[in-house]
Amino acid sequence: MGAMTPPAPAAFDRQGEQDDTARIDAAIGSFVREFGVTASLHLESCVRCGLCADACHFRISTGDPKYTPIRKLEPLRRAYLHEVSPFAPLLRAFGLAKRPTIEDLQEWQELLYDSCTMCGRCTTACPMGIDIAELVKVSRHGMFKAGLVPERLALMDRTARQWGSTATPGEDLPDILAEVAAEHGVTIPCDLGRADILVTAAPAELGEHTKSLADAAKILNRIGARWTMHSAGFDASNIGFNNGDLELQERLTRSLIDTAVKIGATTVLLPECGHAYGAARWEAAKWYGQALPVRIIHMTEFLDELLADGRIRVHPIGETATFHDPCQIVRRGGLEAAARRVLAALGFELRELQDHGTAGFCCGGGGGVVSNQRAAPLRHKVFELKRLQVEATGAKRFVTSCGQCRITLEMGAQHASWNKRTESLLELVADNLAH
Amino acid sequence: MTLLEFARGPGLYASLAVFVAGTLWRLAGILMRPRLPDLSPAREGAPSRLAGALQANLRAMWPRPEFLPGARFIAINGYVFHLGLALVFFGYAPHIAFVERLTGFGWPALPDPVMYASASITIIALLMALAMRINDPVRRRISIADDYITWTITFLPFITGMAVAGEPSDAILARKHLLYEGPLAVHLLTLELLLIWFPFGKLMHAVLFAFSRGATGVRFSHRGVQ
Repeated sequence: MGAMTPPAPAAFDRQGEQDDTARIDAAIGSFVREFGVTASLHLESCVRCGLCADACHFRISTGDPKYTPIRKLEPLRRAYLHEVSPFAPLLRAFGLAKRPTIEDLQEWQELLYDSCTMCGRCTTACPMGIDIAELVKVSRHGMFKAGLVPERLALMDRTARQWGSTATPGEDLPDILAEVAAEHGVTIPCDLGRADILVTAAPAELGEHTKSLADAAKILNRIGARWTMHSAGFDASNIGFNNGDLELQERLTRSLIDTAVKIGATTVLLPECGHAYGAARWEAAKWYGQALPVRIIHMTEFLDELLADGRIRVHPIGETATFHDPCQIVRRGGLEAAARRVLAALGFELRELQDHGTAGFCCGGGGGVVSNQRAAPLRHKVFELKRLQVEATGAKRFVTSCGQCRITLEMGAQHASWNKRTESLLELVADNLAH
Repeated sequence: MTLLEFARGPGLYASLAVFVAGTLWRLAGILMRPRLPDLSPAREGAPSRLAGALQANLRAMWPRPEFLPGARFIAINGYVFHLGLALVFFGYAPHIAFVERLTGFGWPALPDPVMYASASITIIALLMALAMRINDPVRRRISIADDYITWTITFLPFITGMAVAGEPSDAILARKHLLYEGPLAVHLLTLELLLIWFPFGKLMHAVLFAFSRGATGVRFSHRGVQ
């Protein structure tokens, strides 16, 4: 019999100088603050049927049961039982509930950050309706408080806390936009005192995806919109939402809404970014404690409305295409039909992936996993699921409506030496605008 | 006081008290946790909260098509033992007589052969569920003590019930004196154990499932997710 190789220790990083007890207390304190009715119901209802395992791209592509989604909630569940569950005093008295230890939290860092994109496919598989993805987000809030976040994400967090964006400080935005405008031959207004639409960006659009930003400008200028970008609030991707940094999430959200209000905008236009949609469209109002004074709209919805109203028209492309549904926009955002109407307007013959719409597999990079370098091997395994489904359609074009998905899929394609390009729905519309 | 007298008297009432009080305590403890209203504007055309909750409850009755290949066996097996449990409890004549003695309410019984078949199939389904939990790497990994305790406590009334169902229902009910006092007492005690355990373990999902599914239905119907 050969020598047994001990399993590699789980990867984890630590931030700050807190001792272990303080980290545990910080994590549990954060968990407890979020044990509302829905979270409690969901933590109480699991029957350990394991059906979520067959929904998770990380579990499927590795075959490793440790990635079973409900298992990722174990520290949260234990904290719930120990601290606030209806029988908590009884469980504590008899020693039947144990708080998570520092070793647990460190081990679970990989499960909560490297191998979960909060895509919510597991939520749709659960016969009890447990929103596992949302509870992973709650877990991340505690992990952030405990200073137990992958260092790459923590670095981005520190950058965003300082700059208001992971891409650039606000004061550099006018120069960047001027460069993008010159490069692509469009006008990009910045820091106007009054506008109807505040246009926001994902960090990639200020770097490798500048064409998307220029294309948004092209369409907005075509319809004669009164719009602007603004150095006081421009990055919609919201790294705080992904990392579990609630303070940062609130700050970044407020920067968008407050800026829109300041310039009299009635609409905040979000870029092709999934988590921007989750953070702004569905969570922004909670920071204000009331309905928002502005409308928040995703680029795909915007294009859909412009096409439906006849404010823009497009030349039909007339080829076959398949579409990757970004999880936060479709499965957790409800915009399944809008993208398909835009694709139809572009004259594509849509060949759906085997798993599409709310059933679609995540790109593997959501929830910050795309930025978390140490998760790259896992991400590449997940990419294979998508690649096989795309190839099975036989479609000529491969389209999506999220920049982060595009980056993830492009990285996966490069790693797999796959020559299929992932195209942006926005860019396709802009490239085929009819006069 | 004989064991049967205890099981039919103080044991039964104590277990019912724990069942009712424990279930209400756990449910109230959950439902009284803080609520955070969703202040985001609903998707145009989104159903009401109630409709969203009901739709989610109905949708979760059967796995979505994309999950069906992996979920079919678990779903069918689950239905078999849930329906089997209900049939045997509510359809077997001696059980109905037992409830009638307690509450005054009775209803027509199902034929004995149906009951024997239901009990047998349920026992097989429960054994298959246990085998899957032990043998499947995912289920084994996520299982906790509650799963095995609950399985045992659910299984015991079936086995002990089989031991006292040696005669047709009519004959059992017609007797003035019980033939199997000891086994019947044990059978009743296993039921009482189940009642006592119910609020503390995952049997509580029988109450919580509707709330849990409903909460998710409200969240996502608000967003226009189909």
